[in-house]
Amino acid sequence: MSEAVEVILPSHLSSLARLEGSTVRLDVAGPVTQRAVLDALEARFPMLTGTVRDRGTAQRRAFVRFFACGQDLSHESPDAPLPERVARGEEPFMVVGAMAGG
Amino acid sequence: MGGTRVLVGTRKGAFVLTSDEQRRDWEVSGPFFPGWEVYHVKGSPIDPQRMWAAPSGGWFGQVIQRSDDGGLTWEPVGNDFTYDGVPGEHQWFDGSMRPWAFNRVWHLEPSLHDVDTLYAGVEDAALFKSVDAGATWHELSGLRQHDTGRQWQPGAGGMCLHTIVQHPTDADRLYVAISAAGAFRTTDGGQTWQPINKGLRSGEIPDQDSEVGHCVHRIDLHPAEPDVLYMQKHWDVLRSDDAGDSWHEVSGNLPSDFGFPVAVHAHEPRTVYVVPITSDSQHFPPDGRLRVYRSRTGGDEWEALTTGLPQENCYVNVLRDAMAVDQHASCGIYFGTTGGQVYASSDSGDSWAPIVRNLPAVLSVEVQTLP
Repeated sequence: MSEAVEVILPSHLSSLARLEGSTVRLDVAGPVTQRAVLDALEARFPMLTGTVRDRGTAQRRAFVRFFACGQDLSHESPDAPLPERVARGEEPFMVVGAMAGG
Repeated sequence: MGGTRVLVGTRKGAFVLTSDEQRRDWEVSGPFFPGWEVYHVKGSPIDPQRMWAAPSGGWFGQVIQRSDDGGLTWEPVGNDFTYDGVPGEHQWFDGSMRPWAFNRVWHLEPSLHDVDTLYAGVEDAALFKSVDAGATWHELSGLRQHDTGRQWQPGAGGMCLHTIVQHPTDADRLYVAISAAGAFRTTDGGQTWQPINKGLRSGEIPDQDSEVGHCVHRIDLHPAEPDVLYMQKHWDVLRSDDAGDSWHEVSGNLPSDFGFPVAVHAHEPRTVYVVPITSDSQHFPPDGRLRVYRSRTGGDEWEALTTGLPQENCYVNVLRDAMAVDQHASCGIYFGTTGGQVYASSDSGDSWAPIVRNLPAVLSVEVQTLP
């Protein structure tokens, strides 16, 4: 078990999850990867299932991005370890709505 | 005195508009789900305090929200619209085949017969049903798996199931419409389906007698004459007098027979409303004049209703789910525009006034008549 991972959600999703702010801290079991973080997020907030990644394929939705430590991790493997500072809870894992307006 | 509640879905959220039976003064609340595209909001005909909304968007997909207190508060419910079995393929614009893939919910239809049952029409075209008030959904896959399914192809708005019409007394009988496949009917609760497009004429397809391929925009019926169906097609307004077995055109003297919504008066089964739109490429009213047309004869003979509606420089559209009627003794008619106005008439369409003027583009309008 890692330290609690800090996840920052976009306003659409923090509203949907009824968060007071945009940040949630999650206990992530095992290696801290994108998949593990999102599994923990969806377990705690079931209403977010299907909003960040496809419910069937678990693929990241096209207009969602993952940032951390100043890097775009969107195209990394969902099973690749996230940066140590994210795993230690020192830097947030950011779920971002892609730059696509309308 | 009864009340009136209008449920409005827009490109950037939902709004609830409330008034009394006089329908002169309105209170506007919202936006609910700000930033989400709300294709549809609709209340239960059994329990008007219960309603569902279908917010979606390109970023975060589809969610479904339910209110049990008349729209004051909302809770997310189930959003798992997984197709039954292997989804298969349908036609794409270029003739190639594409796998069926869920994109969004277009229409929610709460049951007339059971307060926990509702239907969802989705893109890519399929019909889903919930019997637990939206907590879970299952596909009525007999429709998508119809023999013609591989021939269905999208219209400009996507291959969407956008219309669900219930028979007033027979819970097993439903009508649905799909762009651009056509209209379908089930008499066994959705297990099996029959295309009901005989008599439709569509210049966009080569075979006028084709079983499918027609771009039906909207269907409505009156519960007192449930076998009489009215249809606004891509072009043409049509009527069926035999539950969809055959259709005949009733466009009559309309200035254009292109349009999206069609609605039937609450108390007069042969009084019908449409909003003519110039053409498929010019989605605005002819001559820049926003006119609702009313027929009191089941079609063919139409009169323009203009009092209170803009009669110059008006270039908005009225989408297929954006017209509704209430049940008050003096029937109210409501419609919303892509310009963000919601207009209401409390006298069957003789005169109109805007309830609200500057919402985001209106995608749907439903109305509840409260006790």
